Amino acid sequence: MQIPHTKRTLSNGLDVIVHEDHQLPMVAVNIWYHVGSKNERPGRTGFAHLFEHLMFEGSEHHDHGYFPPLQRAGGLLNGSTSVDRTNYWEVVPTGALDLALWMESDRMGYLLPALTDQKFNNQRDVVLNERRQNYENRPYGLAGIALSSAMFSPDHPYHWPTIGSAEDIRAARLDHVREFFQNYYHPANASLSLAGDVETEQALELAEQYFGSLPAGPKVDRVRVDATLAENASLVMEDRVELPRLYISWHSPAMFGVDDAELDIVADVLAHGKTSRLYKTLVYERRVATDVSAYQNSREMGGVFQIACTAAAGVALPELNTAILTAVMELGNSGPTAAEIERGIAQTEAQFIYRLQTIGGFGGKGDQLNAYNTWVGNPGYFDADRQRYFDVTSSGAAAAVTRWLVKAPSVSLSVVPRGSRELALPGAAEVRVS
Amino acid sequence: MTIDRTRLPIPGADRPFRFPRIARRSLPNGLELRAVRHRAVPIVSMVLLVPGGSSVDPPDCHGLVSMTAGLLDEGSKGQSALDIADRVARIGGELDIDVGMDAVVVGVTTLDRFFETGLGLIHEIVTAPNLANDDFNRIRNLRLERLKQMKDHAGAIAERAFARVLYDSHPYGHLSLGSEPALTSMTVDVTRALHAALFTPDGSTLVVVGDRAEDELLDIAATMFDSWRPTASPMTIDRAAALTPPPASPSAGLAVIARPGAAQSELRIGHACAPRSTPDYPTLLILNSILGGEFVSRLNLNLRESKGYTYGVRTGFNLRRGIGPFVMQTSVGTDVTGPAIHEALNEIRAIADARPATPDEVRQAFASLSKGYPRGFETAGQVARSVAQLALHNLADTYFEEFVPRLAQVTAADVGAAAQQYLPSDRMSVVIVGDLDKIHGALPGLGLGPHHVLTTDF
Repeated sequence: MQIPHTKRTLSNGLDVIVHEDHQLPMVAVNIWYHVGSKNERPGRTGFAHLFEHLMFEGSEHHDHGYFPPLQRAGGLLNGSTSVDRTNYWEVVPTGALDLALWMESDRMGYLLPALTDQKFNNQRDVVLNERRQNYENRPYGLAGIALSSAMFSPDHPYHWPTIGSAEDIRAARLDHVREFFQNYYHPANASLSLAGDVETEQALELAEQYFGSLPAGPKVDRVRVDATLAENASLVMEDRVELPRLYISWHSPAMFGVDDAELDIVADVLAHGKTSRLYKTLVYERRVATDVSAYQNSREMGGVFQIACTAAAGVALPELNTAILTAVMELGNSGPTAAEIERGIAQTEAQFIYRLQTIGGFGGKGDQLNAYNTWVGNPGYFDADRQRYFDVTSSGAAAAVTRWLVKAPSVSLSVVPRGSRELALPGAAEVRVS
Repeated sequence: MTIDRTRLPIPGADRPFRFPRIARRSLPNGLELRAVRHRAVPIVSMVLLVPGGSSVDPPDCHGLVSMTAGLLDEGSKGQSALDIADRVARIGGELDIDVGMDAVVVGVTTLDRFFETGLGLIHEIVTAPNLANDDFNRIRNLRLERLKQMKDHAGAIAERAFARVLYDSHPYGHLSLGSEPALTSMTVDVTRALHAALFTPDGSTLVVVGDRAEDELLDIAATMFDSWRPTASPMTIDRAAALTPPPASPSAGLAVIARPGAAQSELRIGHACAPRSTPDYPTLLILNSILGGEFVSRLNLNLRESKGYTYGVRTGFNLRRGIGPFVMQTSVGTDVTGPAIHEALNEIRAIADARPATPDEVRQAFASLSKGYPRGFETAGQVARSVAQLALHNLADTYFEEFVPRLAQVTAADVGAAAQQYLPSDRMSVVIVGDLDKIHGALPGLGLGPHHVLTTDF
């Protein structure tokens, strides 16, 4: 199974990937810049994401906002920033493909002349509102920030959140933008995919026309910092919540690394669906928890394996902690059962096929082609990626659990209602996020 | 060839798109079947639409429909919830049960080769759920805890307060999860009675979508559901109650739910507006697009892109079988709460008065809505849900292909008249969830009269 495609690299280093799918009269344009918050430095956090906002504010030859011409053409568009990459996409009617490429290439080549203090200040306010809405004003919203900060030392780029600290966002200045753009926003640090109602040769020609003359920028050195955790840490945070929640995080493999697929399956065995071990024990049978989740968040430099569990009313977190660590230990000793592996593989197979349903948007085929191209240099990695899950065995999963979870230090975070510190794990140190 | 960067390329003509062709069949038990052949990936999607959502909750038992629907996959035919979950997982299926104000929708998406298994699951959980006491108690407790957690969630508080202010005791005045007192006094017997009264073949519609001949899809569905019979129930449900008019005026023009120390103010502005059956529906879509339905709408460009008050603002005409609301929703900085409400109300007033929609705005909104329309038919799941919506609102099978031509007829004069009729500024209610002590001073200047402080009694 595959997403059929053709890849060509332009002379300026831009990778262009084309996938034909003529079901809808639409084309998905998708572009990845290999830059995220991990390319920032302390004191200037939140910059990659703030920059993403500025990319929608107009460029030299079309300085009237990025949305209007594309929405008027029937397009849907968005962008996002993670620790490792920034992506932008449009899904447009076939007849508007030229328009989308014109605009994407204009902001890749000619953003800076159109940037003004006024736009910059406005988007800084918008981002501060985004931070308040999605983190500060949301129950448990600051937990992820507290965990990253404890998992990674202050000089490690995964230490700070992609949204950035409010203080750094306020301190950001327009002259930082120029440097950031020149370093990271250029053809040699980008991957463009066109998926949908296009002919391959024509699509490649269009890409050459619009992007071929843009100059390649400086080579971007890959950020590589090792992450280590010397010992277990236990933290507590009071929040505006009714029910306490426990988070446990371990360092885990980088994406596509050894044991990455195993830990994905392990996360499912622990907490995906009612038949998962933790849901069944804690929510279904003992009824001491209201929900539980687990995931292997694999990233470029290294992953984080995280379990989160919300207590039922009146239950303190030590009880959940014991149950979770026991379940992890058991998986390390005996691995998943044959039925669990079979279920995990059936779900994986279906998930990969579901991923073929949409050409564009977050997670659509265009996005996947760019993801594989950016991470492993091969847009055709779909099948190899899938195969990793089919190869997971019980003993392999057990070994991964033992290595990464049982025998490795972790950070736990108790989020408790204000004034209910007694519900936290004993001895937890208070942590504050501003 | 060099690119001309002095002007934007003009988009070429639209390519033709074939909207889903709907095949239909009626079963003797009253169940309506719909099938669509969708040629894409080997995935099938099926949804059963049962009209009567949370709006048929008995007045003293808010949350009953959602509770009952939530119990469907918690055990059936004497097997446990774990058995059902295991069967869904083994086919890599996705099972959802959605409870809206007007309908319950049970859906399964799975791989084509598991079509019969997936359809069998829907049949089993809908026609033979256990509705056992132990499962009832477990799920009720989870829901009571979710209600508790909603007290921490500004958006959830605002949704609930907004419905209450506009609709009061009308069937649209409460959310599907219900209330703590109602859940506490509910019994499993009532869920059994509701199940028998609500989940009947007569009036329900089953939609199946996949890459198979329509007749084959219909035959399989017919065989599976032919023997579905209603069972007698001591309860009568009133599907027409939602069609009665909501209160003539809202219970408050300005309502505040205090959230001390909140980082932002969560806002809702709107009124009980119109039913989905209004002939002006296409006009309202255009009006909404211009006012607040898109990134480039007047409200978002003003509140976000010009003033920086918010991460984003959206409006919608959430029209239903009965009279549904127009709503604007956003979340703004505490210190700009007053100015943000002022600007928002100004924009809503202006489009009905001083600055009506221009022909150019109408053209742009039409282009945006019409050219993007085929995107909504990309996946089997999207198609199945769209066809179910036609059934819910009694719309013709030709609705999709007639949509764009109908939209094309809307003029700026129509939009202006619709704004006056459907956005009466003297009926707009404002709901704020925020730090009352800090925003208190800004409230009198809004000209909305005294504010009413509401509690978060969930």
